[in-house]
Formats: sequence, C-alpha cells, structure tokens
Amino acid sequence: MLPNMDYSELPRALQHMLERGRSTSVQALPRRSFLKLTGTLGLAVGIFPHLAAAQSTDAGEAPIALKPTEQPSAFVQIAPNGEVMVTINRLEFGQGVQTALPMILAEELDADWNLVRSQLGTNDMAYVDPLFGMHLTGGSNTIKNSFTQYRELGARVRAMLLAAAADRWNVDVSALRTEAGVVLAPDGRKLGYGELSEAAMALPVPQKIALKDPKDFRIIGQPTQRLDAQAKSSGQQSFGIDFKLPGQLTAVVARPPVFGAKIASLDDSAARSVKGVKAVLRVPLDRGAEGVAVVADGYWQASQGRNALKVEWDTSAVEKVDSEKQLAQFREIANRPGPRQFDADMAPLEAAPLSLEAEFVFPYLAHAAMEPLNCTVRLSDDRAEIWMGSQSAGLDAGVAANVLGLKPEQVVVNVQTSGGGFGRRFSSSSDTAMEACQIAKAARAAGLNAPVRTLWSREDDMRGGYYRPTHLHRARIGFDKEGNVLAWDHTIVGQSILTGTVFEKFQVKDGIDAATTEGMRSPYPLPMRLTVHHPVANVPVLWWRSVGSTHTAFVMETLLDDIARATDQDPVAYRMKMFGNEHPRHRDALQLAVDKSGYGSRALAEGRAWGVAVHESFSSVVAYVVEASVVDGQPKLHRVTAGVHCNLAVNPRTVEAQVQGAAIMGLSTCLAGSEITLKDGVVEQGNFSEFTVARITDVPEFDVNIVPSADAPTGMGEPGLPPLAPAFANAISRLTGKPVRQMPFNLA
Amino acid sequence: MNVNDAVESVEASPETPLLYILRNDLSLNGPKYGCGLGECGACAVLVDGRAVRSCTVPLGAVGKRRVTTLEGLGTPEHLHPVQAAFIDEAAAQCGYCLNGMIIATAALLNRNTDPDEDTIREALRHHLCRCGTHMEILAAARRAVAYAKVERARRSMPDGVSPKAAKEVSP
Repeated sequence: MLPNMDYSELPRALQHMLERGRSTSVQALPRRSFLKLTGTLGLAVGIFPHLAAAQSTDAGEAPIALKPTEQPSAFVQIAPNGEVMVTINRLEFGQGVQTALPMILAEELDADWNLVRSQLGTNDMAYVDPLFGMHLTGGSNTIKNSFTQYRELGARVRAMLLAAAADRWNVDVSALRTEAGVVLAPDGRKLGYGELSEAAMALPVPQKIALKDPKDFRIIGQPTQRLDAQAKSSGQQSFGIDFKLPGQLTAVVARPPVFGAKIASLDDSAARSVKGVKAVLRVPLDRGAEGVAVVADGYWQASQGRNALKVEWDTSAVEKVDSEKQLAQFREIANRPGPRQFDADMAPLEAAPLSLEAEFVFPYLAHAAMEPLNCTVRLSDDRAEIWMGSQSAGLDAGVAANVLGLKPEQVVVNVQTSGGGFGRRFSSSSDTAMEACQIAKAARAAGLNAPVRTLWSREDDMRGGYYRPTHLHRARIGFDKEGNVLAWDHTIVGQSILTGTVFEKFQVKDGIDAATTEGMRSPYPLPMRLTVHHPVANVPVLWWRSVGSTHTAFVMETLLDDIARATDQDPVAYRMKMFGNEHPRHRDALQLAVDKSGYGSRALAEGRAWGVAVHESFSSVVAYVVEASVVDGQPKLHRVTAGVHCNLAVNPRTVEAQVQGAAIMGLSTCLAGSEITLKDGVVEQGNFSEFTVARITDVPEFDVNIVPSADAPTGMGEPGLPPLAPAFANAISRLTGKPVRQMPFNLA
Repeated sequence: MNVNDAVESVEASPETPLLYILRNDLSLNGPKYGCGLGECGACAVLVDGRAVRSCTVPLGAVGKRRVTTLEGLGTPEHLHPVQAAFIDEAAAQCGYCLNGMIIATAALLNRNTDPDEDTIREALRHHLCRCGTHMEILAAARRAVAYAKVERARRSMPDGVSPKAAKEVSP
C-alpha cells in the first residue's frame, strides 16, 4: 500500500478525519446504495497531542529539539550487565522487524549482537513512523522509513557512551573508540556499555552525529537469526491472545449475519444460565451493527453461552450482497464510461494486425491470519489499558478514547506480538479495538469490575469482512507482429479501499483510488487507456498483503506473456526489450532469476513448463522464474527461483523468508477454494475447510537470490507476493494453451 | 490430569475440549487456538506420545493419559531435538503455527526414526501456516531427524555425545 509521496500532512489529515467523524459512526450501506463513503468514516478525538513536535524540523535552524522519534531514551535501554533492549516502533507479526531494526541500531551503536534484545512499543508518539507521522506497520515501510532513524538512534547512544567514558577517564573523547559493546582507550583501558549506561543516558543527547560508512557494516547485511526464534520454538512467546491479567474475563460476540444489521429480538435466558457466563450484553458494533457479547470465565464458556443465545436479526435496512449478482453488476458497470487514470489514443485498436481481449475475475480474500483477532481492555475511571496486535496503535487508541469518553492521553495501547496480520490489524474503523472497548465499557456498566479480552472465533474472523476487494478487469489490446502494443484499452471495476480512510486525501484523485490501480502499466511504456469504476457494496474491504498489486500484477504479467506467446517471442527477452535501457532494478532482478534458474539453458522434466513474471511494488522488485505442471487437472508448482531487488538487504535471512512467505501466500490465491463469496449478504466461508490456505504439500522448491546493492533499503513484506501467481499462470498457459483469467485458477 | 509430567487438578465438565483447559486453567499457552475444529493444527499436543488436536479432544477422553505440551517437550537447558532444530533453522515467522509443527514433527519421530521428505510433508500436511514458512519448517524437520539420531546415540552410549556434536550434524 501507499506509494512514495509527501505524507507530511498525514498526521493533520488523520486528526481532521477523526474530528469530523467524531459524532458519526460508520454505517453499513443502505440497500442498493451507490453513494460514496466520503466523510462518514471514523470515530474518536484527536490523537496527536504532540503534532507540533512531530512535525518540527528545519535542518538550517539550530538548536532544534529532537523529535520524539529521535530520542534514544524511548528506544534503547542498556542494563548494567550490558544487555541492550531495543524497542520497536512497529508490530512484529512475522515479518522480522523485531530483529532487523535492532540490527540497524546495534550497527551504529557498535553493540555486542549477542547482548541485544528487543521488545514492542506502545502508542507513545516516539513510535510513529518517522515519515508518516502516525503509528503504522504497513506498506512494507518499516525498514525503508526507519533505516536512517534507527541508525541515528544507535549513533546517538554510542556518542553518549563515548562522552561518559571520556568523563570517567578524563580524556578527550576523540581518543576513544568502541567495539562490540565496549569503549576502549588508547592505553588499553576498557569499559563495557553496561558500566557506562547510567552516566551516558543522563548526558544531553547530541544533535549531530556521524554515521558509519556502509562498507564498515558488520551487522547490517549479515544473515542473522531471528531474536524471537527460541521463544517461538519453546512456547515462551506471548501473543496477544495469550495475554492474561488477574481476574480477566473473555468475551465472544454474536454478530449479525449481514454486515451492519441489527438485533430484532433477543432471548438470552439460556445463555445466562451457562456455567461460567458472567454477563450477556447488547453492544454497538462496527458499521452501525448491533451484537450480543457473552462475557465468561474463559473462551469455552463464552462460546457455550453464545451458542445458547436466541437472536433474531433485522437485516432489512442493509444491502445483501450476492457474489453472482455482483459479478453481473460489475460486468454491466465495466461497459460504462468512467474516470481515467491514464489516457492514450485508442484509434489504432481497430486496425491492429493482432489483438486480444480478456476479462479477469478476482474474488474477495480473507487475511486469515493464524491468530484470530483479539483485544484485551482494562478500564478504570480515568484510564484505559489495551493489549492487542495493532498495526496502527495511535488510531486504535484514538478510537478507544472516543468509545470510552476518555482523552487520548488516558489510553495506552500495548502492542502485542501477533500471529500474522497481513493488513487486517489496521482497519480504518479500528473495528477490533472499538468493539472490545464497547464490550469492556458495557461489562463495567453491568458491574463487572474485571479486564475483558474480546476474542474472535475463527468463524468470526473469517466472516468479519475487511477483505481484499473483488475485482473485474477487462482489456482490449492491439499489437503488431513484433509484439509492439499499439493500443491497450483497460477497465477495472472494484471497491475503493482508501476512500473514507485517512489516506483518501493523498491517494484518491478524481474518483480513482491509487490502491486499486497501483502496478498497472508500470514499468512498461504502453499506450494504455485505463478506466476505473469504484462501485460501493456492503462488504468492508481493506488492504491485503500487497494490496492493488495482488490483481494488477497478475493482469499485466499474464497479458504481456500472452502477447509474447502470440508473437512467438521469448517471455524474458520480450520483457527485457520493453525495459530497454530503463528500469535497471527490474532488469537485474529478472536476469538474476533467469541465471539462477537455468531458464533457457536447462531442459525441463516431461510435462513441466517455465513461467516468468516480474513486478515492482512498495519500491522493491521481485522476479520469479517457476516450473509448473498440471497433475490430474490441477495446477502444480514445482520450483521457484526468485531474483530480488530491495537495495541493501539488512537481514538477507529475513528477506529470503519474506519472499518465500509472500510467494506462498500468493500461491494460496491460485488454489481452488481460496475465495470469499457471499450469498444473500452472508459470507459463505467460515473456517479453514472452506477457505484454502497452501499446505506444506503444495509448496515448491524455492531459491531466493538477492541483487547486491548498497543503496538505502526498501521493504520486503509484500513485494514477493504479486509476481508469483502470474508466473505460475504463465507456465500453466504454456502447458494448456489456454490463458488463466480467473483467481483462483480454474482449468476446467 | 497428567500434564508435562506433573499431576494437575482441574474442575471442568468432561466435554470441555482439552485446549481450553490447558490455556485457561493451566496457563499453558504453547498450544494455540486457531480454528476450534481441528482444521489448522495450531493446538496440537502429545497424548501418550501421539499428536492430537486439543481443540477437539474432550477432557473426559484424556483421563490419566500423559499430556505433553510444547512447554513440556524440553527445557531451556536441554531442548528437545525438534525444538533445537527449529531454532537453528530459525524456522519462524509469526510463529503461531510452530507449536503444531514442532509437536507433529516430534510425534512423527516417535513412530518413524528416519522419515524421508515425503513422509515429513505428509505428517505436516494438516498443519496450516499462513506466513509461508514451509521451506524453513521442512528444513527444520529434516534437521530434527538428524538431531534425534544423535540424541538417541548419546543416550545409548555411556559417554554420550556432546550437544555440540549434535549441532554439527547437518541433515
């Protein structure tokens, strides 16, 4: 999500949005409504009390107070025994930033890596993304935006340790040097960082610091084991769902079957008599819905209580989406004129020597993180403490404050390690925190003086909306015998993700959501006319790992392959010809994958075919060369060779894991059963038997290769996903002679 | 109940699934809630050395059998070979599925000391991982096979083989 642009106004935009939405709440859409959501979204009061501080800086004026994001005290603690605790300004949910960020800081600190530990932060203003000015784990931005930040933090602490040692020894600081957690004097004296820490942290924080020459890096760039590997393999890692306070109760919620519906009638007498059930509460839910929370000693008792509820729902006021009808509607909409992202002369289309027409259908997708959504809330008269896996702790705190009638500074969100997330732990309405706070508030009002953990069952999580939106793509392409595209007329129909979010102002222009179109055309010099329609539907949608590129990469990379095939050209050579002398990172990534795979130089086993795709997303480029076959009518992926360009790879081991992980999530989207569908407004899938996730028997052999680079690093949480499905589809098309136009693949 | 070599007393109705007893009553958070229907494998525990899905096993069916959770598999000083292998391969992303992956691998090694890759894949097939850590999990499982061999050799020899030697074994 979120391409490069100036986000300096983002914190102010978020505050305005929240204030504007203060008296309103998000409502489910009325039947057959096609009104824009603009302006109706959001709850809560301003959440940026330190806005001015967060936005200061003009390097020319000195002295400038350091921003909260630049203050070492919020990020580094060195214990007397020399252990360095680094606080992470992001959610760790598998992507490895809880190791990579400490590596960056430890590099400039000259720490002993064996003594480095790390922990997650809170909604404190120190932990905002330094570029966005808001708490955010997303857009593959952590390493890209915090690389310099964490280097400077480490360098500042090192400078303070040096100054403390100079004081202690009464020598000039310039005579001292550091090495692996120790300050050394020319005469051989040495002091460990732990011995200097207390004195050092009492010193003024230096404004200007020198950073290392990257050629001197000894931690950054080394394949490094995750700091959390041991805890995660021994049952010691605590996730949000594991967090437990004394006396804590657990709530589960009966939610309406259609988004935004209300309770028509409720009989909770049987539920109240279930052993362990403490309260049954009617609560306002996300999107104007109503639900019934059952609060009990534990999850099992709460679930038993929920099963015993007799609820009739009133769904009369909300639109009931039906996937089949929706597709027909999208097809009709695709015929209409609409706003254009790009324009080009379409006259050559009719006279083109060769042409192709294509229609693609992409379903709704659930994030389906292994750890279901959950949120623990402890309330007192003037304070709320929240524990949750949050990709946006500041927004969650703001929404919580509004629900609870507190000031933002009275709410603390303690970010908890999460079992995946992929975008779901940052929703525009903070639905997880909002509902948990409504329940905690209602429980307290009902006389329960206990912390409450709201836990979503798998079914709640899967049916809870906020999906990757369904899309229809249509293309008409005219080209010549050399594969030169003469005109490309393209239409996308799909719900807007960013409309109604804080990013709307930046990313939705002239009625077109950049999160829908990102990845279209680029980097190829194509004469494309791109028309975009954003129908509105009563299905909440959200960013889902790699967002728009989940579908645009598929469309672009399979269509280009079709053109190459139709004009009898090698798909790699065809792409390289299109890149010309431009796009060196694309060329290098693709060439590396080609070289390492043996593409073009190695014969494949009988029944297998090569497939190729390359795509840039979130500032990194990933190319795949794959081997696939069709087994018993089903597509089978055998081998993947990746070429990756993410500039400097901070932790190559994590980059490799993220590429593999993103690719396998992309593989999931190809497999039968990987789709969310609705019937009469009701989501048809509820658990893993109904929603396909790739299994260990589905995954291919995998080889990840990184293009060497010393340039400032770009993110890798998402870019490995988009090119997998089209590379796989291109191989399948070569075997079957038929294009793949539908996700999940349907070879029938 | 016999959990991790300790006798535990719990008061619950016999149809309560084992998972919720372990997590709520005994504060053993190694086993994870993922689906509640035995579909994802995150809740796996060993019962008499065999992997079971604790979210679907009623307490009443467990009786006095030996229940082993991830916490009870090894100690920080003496990790179970499967845990050591997973740590050495850094086979974790979010780590939520790892309980099930490690338990299932340990159970596999209890019944087959030398499984090949297809056997390993089949044993882990019904354990879901959404992060796509499968390649590292496979590598860890292969490494675990080797570590377990060294562990058995160490136990059978009076002098034993040092843990360091175990680490040097490459699958």
